[in-house]
Amino acid sequence: MSESPSGMNRRAKRLRAMLWSVVLIAAAGMLLPLTAYVWTATVQAQESSDAAAADGKNPRSEYWREVREAEPGYTAVRGQETAVLIQSRGQTWRELRNGPVTVLGAIMVVGMLVALAAYHLKTGGAKLEHRTGRKILRWAMSDRVLHWYTAVLFVILAITGLSLLWGRYVLIPAFGKEGFAAWANIAKPVHDYLSLAFTAGLVVMLLKWFHHNVPASYDREWFRQAGGYFGGGHPPAGFANAGEKMYYWVLVVGGTALVVSGFYLLFPNLGFERAAMQNANIIHGASALVLCTAVIAHIYLGTLGSEGALEGMISGEVDEGWARQHHNVWLEEVQQGSARPAGESGGRSAAAPT
Amino acid sequence: MARMKFLCDSERCIECNGCVTACKNEHEVPWGVNRRRVVTLEDGVPGERSISVACMHCTDAPCAAVCPVDCFYTTDDGIVLHDKDLCIGCGYCFYACPFGAPQYPQKEAFGVRGKMDKCTFCAGGPEGKDNSDEERQKYGKNRIAEGKLPLCAEMCATKALLAGDGDMVADIYRERVTKRSTRPQSWGWLTAYQEDV
Repeated sequence: MSESPSGMNRRAKRLRAMLWSVVLIAAAGMLLPLTAYVWTATVQAQESSDAAAADGKNPRSEYWREVREAEPGYTAVRGQETAVLIQSRGQTWRELRNGPVTVLGAIMVVGMLVALAAYHLKTGGAKLEHRTGRKILRWAMSDRVLHWYTAVLFVILAITGLSLLWGRYVLIPAFGKEGFAAWANIAKPVHDYLSLAFTAGLVVMLLKWFHHNVPASYDREWFRQAGGYFGGGHPPAGFANAGEKMYYWVLVVGGTALVVSGFYLLFPNLGFERAAMQNANIIHGASALVLCTAVIAHIYLGTLGSEGALEGMISGEVDEGWARQHHNVWLEEVQQGSARPAGESGGRSAAAPT
Repeated sequence: MARMKFLCDSERCIECNGCVTACKNEHEVPWGVNRRRVVTLEDGVPGERSISVACMHCTDAPCAAVCPVDCFYTTDDGIVLHDKDLCIGCGYCFYACPFGAPQYPQKEAFGVRGKMDKCTFCAGGPEGKDNSDEERQKYGKNRIAEGKLPLCAEMCATKALLAGDGDMVADIYRERVTKRSTRPQSWGWLTAYQEDV
């Protein structure tokens, strides 16, 4: 069997053509699908240029985004924030106010009462160790008037304010809704109108007693001994001990927060928006509760907790023994005549030579 | 029992303020108090939509949760109402409300606001007798007691504002959405009722 050279040629040609077409088909089969990428890329480029023309925003999703984000629109109804469809901050405020402020506040205030009661039952408070009978002027009349003026207003504001915070849980079960609403209807305006009088007292008090409350080097020793409340001796103290100075600075910080936030709540006519009111309410509640806790401790330490202290704020004079026990540095200053006069009538001071 | 809800179809609202006018007229609410309002966003640009909003009568109403005197109550129909005899005008419900529904006749120094007023779903207030003079004076007309639905929705020319039993309202809205093949946007429902259409 033999084949002609031409026949061999044809077969080789056909084989070559076949091989090439297989290669071509395989290549096309692999490459053509890839054009999809080119197509999508083109479409995407087209879309992005379209979107760029519309500020890159989809009008519909843009609309609901604005609704969610409480962006103001247009409304024919005049008033503050009437153009805002929905505000979600209210939910945050509700959770903060009904949660931490109400609950933690109660834990803090009641906790302080319980702690003080336990302390008093255990130790019986600080007794006046040695009454000398010699009196030293501690609080001038003006100081005492200022103290009791602010103190009485604080207590009224605390009772009326806490009524609005806790009344629903404590007073409504006791007096019923009508009974409590009658009280709340008095408490709210009383709280609102007396607040300014209290603010005046607080500001004058903080300014007038600033010089008593500048930290001194021996205050560190007072803190190291925890004020001597848990055994040990009597740590050094000037006119105000370190604890009282701390109380003063709590009043400065807390009182400022209280007064400023209260101002927002007191004047809705000045155009504060809901967000400001919500923040102010939380700050007002939190600072008020901190102050209430501090004041409870202050009341205890000024009465039952320290025998002989209260007379200083009633008659203005304290016993020399009490001063030696609790405010030794101040007593020395008074006896050396170097203490700043406690009041307008310096002549009544024991430091004055008689 | 029905669970009353509002739904505003933003594809239909044409910002005619008919609902606002109907409400003011029906209840003779004082000047400055607006129980319902229409808000337009994207005004004048593509995507402009309007929504009529009032008290949504929330399931877990924030106003009721924060009220110091606990003056809110929910009726058997799921309508959130309040007792103006108890209200002390503290403004807390207004801070808490997502929809800006609570209104006050005054806004003066020393936190003087007067008794809060809001949409009652045309269901009056807690006065003993429905549609008594006292009830009408404090809360407006009580249409629910007469077997009627809120006037704002009844008056709506394009039937954008729907009021009534939540299930029926949702059915109507779903049918619309299906017919026009749009995406459902039951505005405010998630916030007010913790559920969508």
